[in-house]
Amino acid sequence: MGFDKFGRKSFTGVTKTAKFVDLLAEGKIEGTVCKQCGAKYFPPRSDCAACLSKDMEWFEMPKKGTLETFTIAYYAPFGFEKDCPYTMGVADFSDNLKLFARLAGDIKPEDVKVGMNVSIRPLKYDDGQMSFEITKA
Amino acid sequence: MAKEVAIIGVGQSSFVRGYEGSIRELAFEAFREAMQDAGIANKDVDASIFCSAPEYDKQRSPAGVLAEYLGLIPQPTFYIETVCSSSSSGVKVGYSMIKAGLHDVVVVLGFQKMSEITSAESQERMGRGADIQWEAPFGTMMPAYYALYAQAYMAKNGLTHDDLMNVRVKSGTYGQTNDRAVFRKGVKPADFDPKNPDARMAAAVAWPLRVGDACANADGSSCIILANAEKAKAFSKKPVWILGIGAASEAVNMAARPDFAKGLSVGYGAAKQAYNMAGITAKDVKVAEVHDCFTIAEIMAYEGLGFAPMGDGKQLIREKTTYKEGRIPVNVDGGLLSKGHPIGATGGSQMRTIVLQLRGEAGPMQVPGDPDIGLVHNVGGVGLYGNVTIFGR
Repeated sequence: MGFDKFGRKSFTGVTKTAKFVDLLAEGKIEGTVCKQCGAKYFPPRSDCAACLSKDMEWFEMPKKGTLETFTIAYYAPFGFEKDCPYTMGVADFSDNLKLFARLAGDIKPEDVKVGMNVSIRPLKYDDGQMSFEITKA
Repeated sequence: MAKEVAIIGVGQSSFVRGYEGSIRELAFEAFREAMQDAGIANKDVDASIFCSAPEYDKQRSPAGVLAEYLGLIPQPTFYIETVCSSSSSGVKVGYSMIKAGLHDVVVVLGFQKMSEITSAESQERMGRGADIQWEAPFGTMMPAYYALYAQAYMAKNGLTHDDLMNVRVKSGTYGQTNDRAVFRKGVKPADFDPKNPDARMAAAVAWPLRVGDACANADGSSCIILANAEKAKAFSKKPVWILGIGAASEAVNMAARPDFAKGLSVGYGAAKQAYNMAGITAKDVKVAEVHDCFTIAEIMAYEGLGFAPMGDGKQLIREKTTYKEGRIPVNVDGGLLSKGHPIGATGGSQMRTIVLQLRGEAGPMQVPGDPDIGLVHNVGGVGLYGNVTIFGR
């Protein structure tokens, strides 16, 4: 799949990390790790800024994290208006790995708390777009 | 404190919604005022730097076009961009050019005609303000990013919605006295009261931030004229010297950010560099302009700059320490919240305010006590770029 399939609406057509979308379709949320120096990246990168290697491989993101912060969007940019309101947040998995995503629609905004235990899962929209979301642990 | 590069002229257009003119005419407004302030002629200028956020410009490569319109050809000219801190970055580059001995007098002109594009186009670009590959696909926008910081910060440090409101109330107090501000009305708590049907600032935009927590788009221009010591002494009776400059950058993606409850890392990084270069500490600063694109950003700036210990910024607003009569007056020109935020022009506008303060020429905005050291804190993007500049007489 091309990277145009990523997210509610993608703004990037071509990237060497497009395999991320195929992995989502297989039910996996993966980052990349440098085979030379071991630096881990999420979101994934095809190049290592730590040692300048291009030799990267995929690794599966941990599932257990905590919600570091969140926001509830009542206004949206062009093309996202129909989704309002929606919640977005940052999940922290420790080990220097964090992830930014929307929170699952089945979590009520009033139930969202900083520090709550969360997990992540892939998400397929009705129009075929692939994404991932933060869920209740 | 080395006095090697001075500001000899400052200018700013009115910040307005829907400027009735082209970007050339908009740039001319700030340029003319700064040149008259400096009392110099176009031939005295060796080089020019233009600063804006290009996503709002229809004109490609505006530097050459504007340099010609302002009468600054055939001198070298070029373009600098760090979104909302573009003109602070421009001043850093201009400072470096003078310090290197390449040029004696450099014009730094920041401008933004945000109304150059339609509001639909603007709304479309808003979603692409940060990481377009990995974040924009979720439907992000600027208020949501700052709301992430606000949420974590409030949860950890006991900052309340009333504290945020009181940042806006302070801004309104001074915005009323600034004839260049887009928003010149006072703000009262009733404006934030969700039970008040006339409350214009209460609606949630990106929770926990409300309409009143955000600054407004505006069209505007600013101009800063820099000179070396020899020219500054020849041209200017009241040169204001650049004593320290700091600049830092941070990861664009929120997933790579350190602790959100601690605020923007670039604020701390840029401040440390600037204080070290100037050989001063936060206690020496008599008046400051900080980047209050959102109310939470002003609170975080207090801490990044060392005006308050980490997590304690709320005390400065609760105790009115940052009012004009307080220990460290901040944004007494109304800040971005009242002036409006014409991206590329903002840093230069902040510097103009501080220069006027140090010269004792800030009129109704003048802080008491004859301030001798002032500071500008200007952030680009969501803490993607941070710039702190320290000025003295």
